[in-house]
Amino acid sequence: MADLTSQFAGIHSPNPFWLASGPPANCADQVMRAFDAGWGGAVWKTIGEPITNVSSRYSSVDLNGYRMMGLNNIELISDRPIDVNLREISQVKQRYPKNAVIASLMVESKREAWHDIVKRAEDAGSDGLELNFGCPHGMSERGMGSAVGQVPEYACMITEWVKEVARTPVLVKLTPNISDIRTVARAAKQGGADALSAINTINSITGIDLDTLTPRPDVGGKSSHGGYCGPAVKPIALHMVEQIASDPEVQLPISAIGGIGSWREAAEFILLGAGTLQACTAPMHYGFRIVEDMIDGLSRWMDSKGYANLAAFRGLSLPRVTQWQHLDLNYKIIARINPETCIGCQLCYTACWDGAHQCIHVDGYVNPEAAAEVSRASLASTPAGTTVSHATPVSRIPKVDEHECVGCNLCWLVCPVENCISMVRVDKGDQPQTWSERVKS
Amino acid sequence: MKTHSFAINPNIHTRPSALHPRTGRIGGFLMRPTLIFIGATKSLFFPVPHPRLYSPPTPLRHWKLKPVPQPEIAFPELHPPLSHQAAVTEANRCLFCWNAPCASACPTHIDVPRFIKKIASANPLGSAETILDANVLGLSCSRVCPVDVLCEGACVYHNVNGQPIAIGLLQRHAMDHFYASAGKLPYKTIPDAKKIACIGAGPASLACAAELRKHGLNVTIFDKRPQPGGLNTYGVAQYKFTPSDSTREVDLIRATGVEFRTGTAVGESLSIEDLERDYDAIFLGIGLGATQPLGIPGESLPNVINALEFIAAYKTAQPLPVGHSVAVIGGGNTAIDAAVAAKYLGARHVSILYRRSESNISAFAFEYEHARRAGINFVWNARPIRLTEHGVECDNGLVVACETVIVSIGQSRLLDTLQKIRTIELRNGLVVVDPQTGQTANPKYFAGGDCVNGGREVVDAAAEGKRAAQGILQWLT
Repeated sequence: MADLTSQFAGIHSPNPFWLASGPPANCADQVMRAFDAGWGGAVWKTIGEPITNVSSRYSSVDLNGYRMMGLNNIELISDRPIDVNLREISQVKQRYPKNAVIASLMVESKREAWHDIVKRAEDAGSDGLELNFGCPHGMSERGMGSAVGQVPEYACMITEWVKEVARTPVLVKLTPNISDIRTVARAAKQGGADALSAINTINSITGIDLDTLTPRPDVGGKSSHGGYCGPAVKPIALHMVEQIASDPEVQLPISAIGGIGSWREAAEFILLGAGTLQACTAPMHYGFRIVEDMIDGLSRWMDSKGYANLAAFRGLSLPRVTQWQHLDLNYKIIARINPETCIGCQLCYTACWDGAHQCIHVDGYVNPEAAAEVSRASLASTPAGTTVSHATPVSRIPKVDEHECVGCNLCWLVCPVENCISMVRVDKGDQPQTWSERVKS
Repeated sequence: MKTHSFAINPNIHTRPSALHPRTGRIGGFLMRPTLIFIGATKSLFFPVPHPRLYSPPTPLRHWKLKPVPQPEIAFPELHPPLSHQAAVTEANRCLFCWNAPCASACPTHIDVPRFIKKIASANPLGSAETILDANVLGLSCSRVCPVDVLCEGACVYHNVNGQPIAIGLLQRHAMDHFYASAGKLPYKTIPDAKKIACIGAGPASLACAAELRKHGLNVTIFDKRPQPGGLNTYGVAQYKFTPSDSTREVDLIRATGVEFRTGTAVGESLSIEDLERDYDAIFLGIGLGATQPLGIPGESLPNVINALEFIAAYKTAQPLPVGHSVAVIGGGNTAIDAAVAAKYLGARHVSILYRRSESNISAFAFEYEHARRAGINFVWNARPIRLTEHGVECDNGLVVACETVIVSIGQSRLLDTLQKIRTIELRNGLVVVDPQTGQTANPKYFAGGDCVNGGREVVDAAAEGKRAAQGILQWLT
């Protein structure tokens, strides 16, 4: 059994799965139930001067029946008094000394205010501090959250203030709503941060009610941009984590956030250099119980790969991310369709014709419209037999023109059948050559 | 049915205390069980839950022995409709095949993936119009089509996980929405339009008439029966399609300006000569005749009924008494419709007698399964030689005791009527047409449906009627 214990910038937790700062980590009751369910740590809902929230607060994007593929919120930081939050942190740490509790903090940009909240949070027993420089809505209008995270100088300055008094590790949470996330990552490093959290939510408007014409979430006929998260943002988060992890000027532990809902995303983020994994949308959707499979699945995968602990595979995929100019121009693959498993849906055919490079064909027709026209022109009638054969007619199975195929993957991506289309390597034995090598020679 | 709804916070017992974890308040109103009543008098005795809090019960599977005579026999539906959410979920499962096999398999070539995706995109009226554009009988076809051997039989999901898309139910979903929102078919009015007569008011003529009205021609439909709709009104099993639904479909076509003259038998009360004089083209959609006779002694006994008469009688709320035990002679889909109906109408023992073996029956496999599930007994290799007041005697010595005998060995050809139209060509009592245009040897006559194909499905009649309409338009212009 793989060892999932996590040492992250000096913060210990029984596993790398933490609740991200948000509604699931709002109060002691939730955090304790999460720890009972198996979560290794929790970043408390951001503590600061209590705010007043609006109703409603969340909206989402559904995709073909899957609910909450992306979640958006306009909820602000904790609406509970600072002392109540800190007292509950103390209670949780007393009952769950082995689990990590990190206090997420956001106060006005004054040195005294930050000094005060840092001391109080550490006195309450938190294992670390996460500086919320990322909240993209509401708080930013008051000069906090992403208003700080979008200006490297401010981020550096406030991190310095915090480090002047902090005794526990300091994580800086980065906003993705910036042209290059590395600039703020470097600023946080310069300010003395011990680790980074990335990414916070992405500015978004999820949709509009087509009856009332009000964007969602509807607050009395008006809406406001919110922060987007959930499965939809994982690719963006993966890229930004990779950018930070591979930046030689940063070199800080990263607590990854963004669309983590199962062990597979967890493994992906760790392979790109993440130390711990924070989740919020997934437990909001399905509850704390999901962590059981996150732990179980990750350790089984690690066992199957022979990784004894998290460090054994952390960052292993980083060297495989490079600039386009360093990719091999002579690496050549083409699509092959397995006629045994092809069901004849012809999605690859129309995708290749309309969306790619016109190199998949159905016998005898020069384009998909011609094939469809001939098919519909035939007279069909109800068969007299009592049973029908479900075998795919050979005439419906598309064929790849291997000389024309550019190996783009589109047909393989749209194919609904497992192991039907495969992308096969057909190198002609040419020496690998990259673009940068080609323009040099 | 659930008669109560206690809205208790389900997590309350798992919490460390009964205090609300965030506010610190005691559970409060959420802990109190709430019972919501609707209605005044009834609810005193039968508390009705709030409609949002319970799902409606599934339709009864167990039919009471006594049939309900008015307004029509209420058999439980064979395939109940999908809820809105179930329809969207199912629609989202559709792969949206290119040049889809389901659309090719449909005789009317409904663009199935297109109408399904419109259900998924919350455009049900667009979905319905996609269906009706190909097939104006989309409502009846969604209920009576043998989808297992047509669209759903062609679904590529058979080769993925064996779970084809429920195309029939999705089509019904779109059509129900269309009829509920009082949708209309497109039609044109042009001055001095040519006049077309459609003989027979069944599916073939209805489809032909609607297509002609779309192009502005004047159409009159003649039928000898009192109600239009043909077998959709009188012959389809009640648990699939009711006469009132058939009437809704007829009314949709009537609203395009088609004139219906029911109770008019062509060749009798209306002469062929008058017809040919008054109309520019004539479409024959007369279907087939009565059930063929067995040609054995006892066929005229009062306890012997032919299947179509039996079905028409119970569908028009005049069910013939069947007694406790029924024997149905024949192995086709109509035999099964009659046998299952007899069961629903109160017969305890229903047997189907078929002259050959199980592997030879002409009924669709799913119909056979349905009969099996309905508790119908099958007797193979039993060729009746004599019918008596007490049952059926067979050539193998078997005697099946029963109170009622229903004969269902296929319909006869309407030779009497067809032979009055001298110049059309007949083969085996069926009208010979050009399959592309539906035109007969007499160019003024077109034909489609059962009188051409010998007795296929509603969807075949719809396709042939529409194709003939296009043939008529082509011939007249």
